[in-house]
Amino acid sequence: MKDRLDEQTIALRAAREFTDGSVVNLGYGMPGLCANLIPGDRTVFFQSENGMLGYGSLATDEEKDYELINASDQPVTPLPGTCFFDSAAAFDMIRGGHIDIVVLGAYQVSETGDLANWGRPGRPATGMGGGMDLAVGAKKVIVTMLHTTKDDGPRIVRNCTYPLTARRCVSLIITDLAVMEVTENGLVLREIAPGWTVPEVQALTEADIKPAADLKEIEL
Amino acid sequence: MTIKKVFNSCDEAVADIFDGATVMVGGFGSYGGLPINLIVALSKQGAKALTIIANMGGVGYELSHRIKPGGYQDSGILFENGQVRKFIGSVPALGGMPPTSPLERLYNEGRVEIETVPQGTLAERLRCGAGGLGGFYTPVGVGTIVEEGKEKKVIDGREYILELPLTADFALIKAHKADAVGNLVYRQTARCFNPVMAMAAKITIVEVDELVPTGRLDPEVIITPHIYVNRIVEVPA
Repeated sequence: MKDRLDEQTIALRAAREFTDGSVVNLGYGMPGLCANLIPGDRTVFFQSENGMLGYGSLATDEEKDYELINASDQPVTPLPGTCFFDSAAAFDMIRGGHIDIVVLGAYQVSETGDLANWGRPGRPATGMGGGMDLAVGAKKVIVTMLHTTKDDGPRIVRNCTYPLTARRCVSLIITDLAVMEVTENGLVLREIAPGWTVPEVQALTEADIKPAADLKEIEL
Repeated sequence: MTIKKVFNSCDEAVADIFDGATVMVGGFGSYGGLPINLIVALSKQGAKALTIIANMGGVGYELSHRIKPGGYQDSGILFENGQVRKFIGSVPALGGMPPTSPLERLYNEGRVEIETVPQGTLAERLRCGAGGLGGFYTPVGVGTIVEEGKEKKVIDGREYILELPLTADFALIKAHKADAVGNLVYRQTARCFNPVMAMAAKITIVEVDELVPTGRLDPEVIITPHIYVNRIVEVPA
């Protein structure tokens, strides 16, 4: 078995997309790791849908305050300029297009950028949380996910079979094997994990992926 | 004027919640802003066939005790007690967790109804209920199961669905401080769904860390004006 990127490295690659001064929301799970991985030369304002803008890194055990949490229920640290608001105001920001980037997890992404990230077979009682609002409202949707299911089944697919979060919303997919851009002409493979070939990645991807002319190894 | 809003105990404050009532429960997830003492009081009080409106359905006894030994963390207790007929919220159960939450178990046994609502839509439906509006058009949920059965409308070339207001008989909320007339301030992310639920229910019951004399809160920083608050219980943190 060849090495795949670990979750920390996927999150590190995603955090490189955060431009200086951008407003970023981090979804449940792996995306939350990005809070600790912002490139040192940039200022990023993290928004959290439970009503906070401008928080810092995840809190250490000594710093934990359970009335200062992100939307994944993880304690975080305040920064100068952090502000608080209620849930309705938080979603005005999200729906109204005031968030530059959201990073979300996914069960499946389709070749047209449809996202399925909240429900799965056998679990009818789970919910979408703020995922639908974020997928529809953020200016740019980045997905971080594992490229395949545990038994190497595809998760980058032609059409999602899991319940949809939103249609045609994803711009960039970052996995443990590849960085792919969703374009009008389908998925373009921009970067590939060290040691992997295009046919090997394609074999684990149901949707067609076209290698970019300047395809390179995943850069961190 | 002698409207008495300050109650001595959570038990007293929830005593008249009736069978079949619709009850909003503030907070966000299992921490920060959850009115846990009012939830526990309602579980002891025993009202049945409730409709619960809350962001999350709660993780339940097993998981909450793993997170915080000895302490019941969330509204899962109301489901575990069989007090709930219907849940309206954005995260009935967490897909990333094992299916151990009381709400998910009851749902799988066909014993409770669930209406799953995107979180921002939930907040806005509450605000409509609070503000006397008949609903709103949102692009969230278009092309997903959320649009099923809802009126659709194209506005400026974009597709929207109609979402309707939510109101309730009672709201149980948590704030940091109240004064004796019921003005509220919150602490950090413990604000979340509490202010908008306070405004959307007929009777709003708040538990606070600290009750202060009227006039002591800076009028410039009051988040919930007192007309939205009916009952106050001080539960020092």
